[in-house]
Amino acid sequence: MTESAVVDGLLAALCPMHLLLDPTGHVRRAGATLQKLRPGLALEGLRFLDLFEPLRPRAVSSMADLCAAPGGLLRVRFRAPPRTTLKGMILPLPQGQGAVVNLSFGISLVDAVREHDLTGADFAPTDLAIELLYLVEANAAVMDVSRRLNLRLQGAMVAAERRAFTDTLTGLRNRRAMGHVLDRMVGAAVPFALMHLDLDHFKTVNDTLGHAAGDHVLRRAAREMVSEIRDRDMVARIGGDEFVLILDSVTDRDRLAAIAGRLIAKLERPVPWRGTECRISASIGIAFWPEDDAPDPATLLHRADLALYAAKRAGRGRFRFYEPGMEQAGALPGAGPPAAG
Amino acid sequence: MHGLINSAIKSFICATYGRGRWRRVAELAGIDPGNFEAMLHHDEEHGRRILSVLCEDLGRGQAELLEDLGTFLVSHPRMAALRRLLRFGGESYVDFLYSLDELAGRARLAVPDLRLPALELWDCGEGRYTLICHPGLDGYGSVMTGLLRAMADDYGALVVLDHEMPDQGQEVIRISLVEPAFAEGRDFALGARGA
Repeated sequence: MTESAVVDGLLAALCPMHLLLDPTGHVRRAGATLQKLRPGLALEGLRFLDLFEPLRPRAVSSMADLCAAPGGLLRVRFRAPPRTTLKGMILPLPQGQGAVVNLSFGISLVDAVREHDLTGADFAPTDLAIELLYLVEANAAVMDVSRRLNLRLQGAMVAAERRAFTDTLTGLRNRRAMGHVLDRMVGAAVPFALMHLDLDHFKTVNDTLGHAAGDHVLRRAAREMVSEIRDRDMVARIGGDEFVLILDSVTDRDRLAAIAGRLIAKLERPVPWRGTECRISASIGIAFWPEDDAPDPATLLHRADLALYAAKRAGRGRFRFYEPGMEQAGALPGAGPPAAG
Repeated sequence: MHGLINSAIKSFICATYGRGRWRRVAELAGIDPGNFEAMLHHDEEHGRRILSVLCEDLGRGQAELLEDLGTFLVSHPRMAALRRLLRFGGESYVDFLYSLDELAGRARLAVPDLRLPALELWDCGEGRYTLICHPGLDGYGSVMTGLLRAMADDYGALVVLDHEMPDQGQEVIRISLVEPAFAEGRDFALGARGA
């Protein structure tokens, strides 16, 4: 075996993407994988620069230019589609006998493998191509698992947030949610009415018929209130038997009086409970925003509270609108007489 | 234990025996069925408990069940991604067997905190191989036996497997390659990602 035959054999085995060029820059021999990239076109005999468009260096028009590439580094692109880009290295042979060019896919590997339907056998065993493909796929698979986990965790978070704003007994919003809605409405400067509703005689139901009856009554009361409001309104349970209704863009006193009256009438209907009946009523205090002074949420709640207190004092089962001066009319419950219930 | 391992156990139970069984087994094992996520680390004891409860519930031996788990990992459509990753091990079943030496390394390359026990392949001549499973994960040898059997089908190879139960934690699988190209095998294109 001649020396050049040995070299050819080594090149074929070690570099399946090599080209052996003759002194005029024509392909004398091509590696099997490189040949596979151009099915139906024999590479042997073709001029390298007719086959490839040089990208690095760009100004190349002869074999001499090619061999003068700094560091022997090349980047080339097939002139005919599919126009795969390859990176490579050119090593001129001694005594002007031509050159060896070894090529590789570089970063275009993933697309090239798909486009040319390459298999593991098309790469030298020492080539890291398969490992790179493995890594790309492994990475995608892991990202997929991770993404699905994130979605599930996000779902859990949304559920937890909803729970944090919900009163678990009645399914209404809770005090926290009410605070957020109130802040938002005041911030957006939308006129609205705020009703502070307190159940009357609820404590009696709880004391005489037990907590189960009390819970039952609260759930019924919640349903009655929800049936009285629109989607854009809000009702929250903010304490044991205390509720707040926020009625968006409703500032007409007659309309509010009708709503409050209807609510009280509904809540006064006896609630059947294990062969007996629970009877409650409700007192309501109503305040408006913005009124004349656009009060902050705390002041607004305080005004509704004062109106509620006035309703209770007037004999329960009633509603009152806040009037300026109520602050002086009497102390709030808890600060003095008489007790509400 | 890596969450991926527990997640594989969960997927296997759900796909093979149904979600109802999964919930029941988790409940019997005293484990929150929703708290069994991949990519998070979990108590190794959880996986063990789930498996022993499942075996009791089904009246089946653990080794047998884990072999099914190994087969599931390769052959179930839901596990297509893992099957493809394993096929990167080589062009033929023999190449694949040799790639098992670096399986733990490949797993770590994909998921840096996933630690699998080392595997060691010995060529005993005449198509016979011995795979030594180093200790570190209970039942790994059984899972590998099921996985090797399913991968043989995948490559279209005919093999006889013999899993020897451990003496001192080190399990041994004896592989006889009867016919490397017995059947057609399943398609594997390097570039068919996601297919």
